[in-house]
Amino acid sequence: MRKNIFRLALLLMAFAMLLTACKPAATETTTGSGTAATEAAATEAAATESAATEAQPEEFVFGMLLVGPYNDRGWSQAHYEAGLYVEENLPGARMIYLDRVNPADRPGTTPAQLAEELVAQGARLIIFNSDDMKDSSTEFAQAHPDIFVIMASGDQVWAEGNAYIPMDNMVNIMGRMEYGKMIAGCAAALTTQTGQIGYLGPLINDETRRLAASAYLGARYCWSEYLGNDPAALQFKVTWIGFWFNIPGVTADPTQVADDFFNTGYDVVISGIDTTEALTEASRLRAAGEQVWAIPYDFIGACEGADAVCLGVPYFNWGPAYLATIQSAINGTWTSSFQWNGPDWADINNLDTSAVGFVPGPALSPDASALLNQFIGELAGGLNLWTGPLNLQDGTPYLADGEIATDQQIWYLPQLLEGMQGQSVSGE
Amino acid sequence: MEGSKGAKLTAKTIKWISPLFQAAAFLLALSFTTLILLAVGAPPGQAYLNILKGAFGNTNSIANVLVVWAPLLLTTVGVLITFSAGLWNIGVEGQVTLGAIFTTWVLRLLQESALPPWLIILLAMLAGMLGGALWAALAGALKTFGGVNEIFGGLGLNFVATALTLWLIFGPWKRPGTGSMSGTLPFPETLWLPTLSGLRLSPWALGLALLAVVVVYLMLRGTRFGLRLKAVGKNMRAAYLLGVPTWQHMMASFLLCGLLAGLAGALQVTAVYHRLIPSISSGYGFLGLLVAMLVNYQAVWAVPVALFFAALNIGSIQLPIVLRLDSSLAGVLQGLLVLSVLLVEGARQQIMKRLRLSDESAPVEERP
Repeated sequence: MRKNIFRLALLLMAFAMLLTACKPAATETTTGSGTAATEAAATEAAATESAATEAQPEEFVFGMLLVGPYNDRGWSQAHYEAGLYVEENLPGARMIYLDRVNPADRPGTTPAQLAEELVAQGARLIIFNSDDMKDSSTEFAQAHPDIFVIMASGDQVWAEGNAYIPMDNMVNIMGRMEYGKMIAGCAAALTTQTGQIGYLGPLINDETRRLAASAYLGARYCWSEYLGNDPAALQFKVTWIGFWFNIPGVTADPTQVADDFFNTGYDVVISGIDTTEALTEASRLRAAGEQVWAIPYDFIGACEGADAVCLGVPYFNWGPAYLATIQSAINGTWTSSFQWNGPDWADINNLDTSAVGFVPGPALSPDASALLNQFIGELAGGLNLWTGPLNLQDGTPYLADGEIATDQQIWYLPQLLEGMQGQSVSGE
Repeated sequence: MEGSKGAKLTAKTIKWISPLFQAAAFLLALSFTTLILLAVGAPPGQAYLNILKGAFGNTNSIANVLVVWAPLLLTTVGVLITFSAGLWNIGVEGQVTLGAIFTTWVLRLLQESALPPWLIILLAMLAGMLGGALWAALAGALKTFGGVNEIFGGLGLNFVATALTLWLIFGPWKRPGTGSMSGTLPFPETLWLPTLSGLRLSPWALGLALLAVVVVYLMLRGTRFGLRLKAVGKNMRAAYLLGVPTWQHMMASFLLCGLLAGLAGALQVTAVYHRLIPSISSGYGFLGLLVAMLVNYQAVWAVPVALFFAALNIGSIQLPIVLRLDSSLAGVLQGLLVLSVLLVEGARQQIMKRLRLSDESAPVEERP
C-alpha cells in the first residue's frame, strides 16, 4: 500500500503540475519526479528552447486566419495555398496560420484575439478571409494601426461601398468570381439534356446572390446564343441550404438537395457551397447509370476523383494578390485599397496573374469544351452579361436596355434575377 | 491496483483509491494522445509545452483562459444539478443559446433608451437567465408531462435553438444591408460588461461563475432540497414513496440548470462577443456535460477540471501556429480523457466488486 500511496503522490503531482503550472519554466525544474510524462515534457522543453527560431533580419512574418480546416479542398485551402505561394515567391516571407477559426471550433475566442496570438508569434501582417470575421478584422485593424491587415471578401475600405470605414492599414481583396460562375453556368447549359440547371446555394447574402445570378447569366447566354434555344425554356433553380456547409438538423442536407435536383429532372447541379456533396451525389447516380453532372466550387483541385461527372471548377487564386499586397507592405508602398480582381484574360488559368480561373472537367464533352472556350474568348473580348435589359426576380427593373451594371450594383445585388427560380431574400 | 488486492478495504483506502483511478485515467488519456502525436511524427513534449505556454504563458493568455472558464463553469455546475436529479440535460446547449438570444433581445430593445447602461446590462442578463430557464422548462415539461426522454427532447430543442439563432441573424435582426455570418450588429461599447484594463476578461463574469459554483456546491451538499434532488436521482420511486414530490424536483432542477446556462449565454453576449453570432453557445453546454462526467458529478472538482479544459482550448491555439499541427488535437485529448475516465471507472467498479467479495465486512463506497 505504501508503494501505492507513493505512486499516487507522484501521479497527483504530475496532474497538479499540468493543471496549475503557471510558467513553462516550472515544468523544466521538476525533472526529478520520475514519471514518464514529466520526464518527456522536461526533455522536450529543453529541445524547444534550442529549436526556437531566431528571426532573420529580413524575415517578414505574415499570419493567416482560416475559417475552416487548411486542407478542406475548398475556400480555406485556396487561401492556405496562396500563403504557400507567397512564401515561395517572396524571399524572407514566412507564413504562420491558424485554421478552424470559428466560434464553434474555438469556443470563447474571437478572430481579433486569435490574430493577436499570431502577432505575438511575430506576424506583422494578418490575413482575415471569411465573411464572419468582418467585424473582428475591423476591430483588430483599429486596435493595431501598426499591423497590416488584409480582409479578403470584405468591403470595409471600399470608399464607394455601403459599409465604408476608412482604415489606413487595411486592404480588401476579392476575386471577380462572377466570371468563374458565368463560365460554370455556360458549361452547365451546354451540357444539360433536360434544360434544367440546379444551383446548390449556401446562405442568402449579397455575395451568394450575385454569384448565383452570374451562373444564370452565363447559362442563359450559352443556352440561347450557342445552342439557339429559347431562353424561357431554360429552367434555373436555386435552393439555399442555409449555411456554407451541412449542419445536421439546422441546414437543409446538401446531399438531399442535390438528390432532389437530380430526381426532378435537373441533370446539372452547380455548387455554391464549401463542400462537395453535389459532386459526390452526381457520381453516385452516375454509377447507377444516370446522366447527371455537377460543378464544384472554390478550389482548383476540387474535380479530382469525380472524372465521370465533373464539368469543371471555378476557383479562386488568391496568390498573386496576396503576393503583391504583402510585397507592398514590405516595400513601404502599402496603401489602403479595395481590390476586386478579375481573371487574366490572356490565360485565366495562369496562376501567377489570374485571380479567378476555371479548370474544365473531364466530363465536359469536346463539343461543349470548344463552345466554352469560345465563350471565354468572348468574355475576354469584352462581352459583359451584366448589361440591360435585366429585371430583378420580382420584375423590378434592374438595368435599362444597354445599361451596364456598376460594381456597386453587382456587389450589392438585392435580389435574384428575373427568370431564376428560388428564394431571393432570407428570413421574410 | 495490484498492491491493494486482498488488503483490508477501509474507508480510508477507498478515499485514496478514487483519485488514484482518476489520475490513472488522466495518464491513460495523455499516453493515448502521445501515441497519436508520435504516430503523426510530432514531438509530444513540444506540443504539450506549447499548450502550456499558450494557456499560461502570460497575463493575456491566462485572462483568455478565464474568459472560457467562466461560462464553462456555469454550464458545468448547471448540469450537475440535473445530474443529481438523475437527468441528462443534453438541452443545456440550447439553453445557453436561448440565454444569449434573450439577452440580445433586451439589449436591442433598450439600447436606444435613456436607462443607464449598467441597468440595461443587468436587465439583459436577467432576461438571459429567464430565457435559459424557459427553454429548460420546455425540456422539463416534455419529460414530466409529455413522457419525452430529456435526451431526445433536449437534442431537438438544441436544433431549434440554433435554427432560431440563424433565422434571427439573417432575418429580423440582420444588420443593415445584408445578413452576415458575422452576426448581428455589435452593441456599443457602453453595453459591454466592463473588462480588466487591456484584457478581455470581465471580473463580473468570473465572479458570477465562481458564485454559482459555491451556491450549487452548498445547495447540493447541505440543503434539504439538494438531498431530495439526489433522492429523486437515485431512486425516483423510493423518493416518491417517502413523500418527495418527484416531478416538482425534476422540474426545479431543469429550471435551475437553465438559469445558469442562460447566464452563460448572457455572458457570451455581454462579455465576449457583444452581439449574437451563429454559434453563440461555443459548445459550452456539451463541454460542461463532459466536465460534469469527468468530475464524477462533484461541484468542487468542476473548478480545476473546467479550468483544464479551458486551458486546453486556449493553449492548443499554439499547435498549428508554432508546430503546424492539426488543431483538433485539443478535442482529441478531451475526448480521450472522457473515454478513459469512463473506461477506468468501469474497471474500478469491477475491482471494487471483487474486493467486496473478498472482504465482506468492508464498507463499500457507492457512487453518487
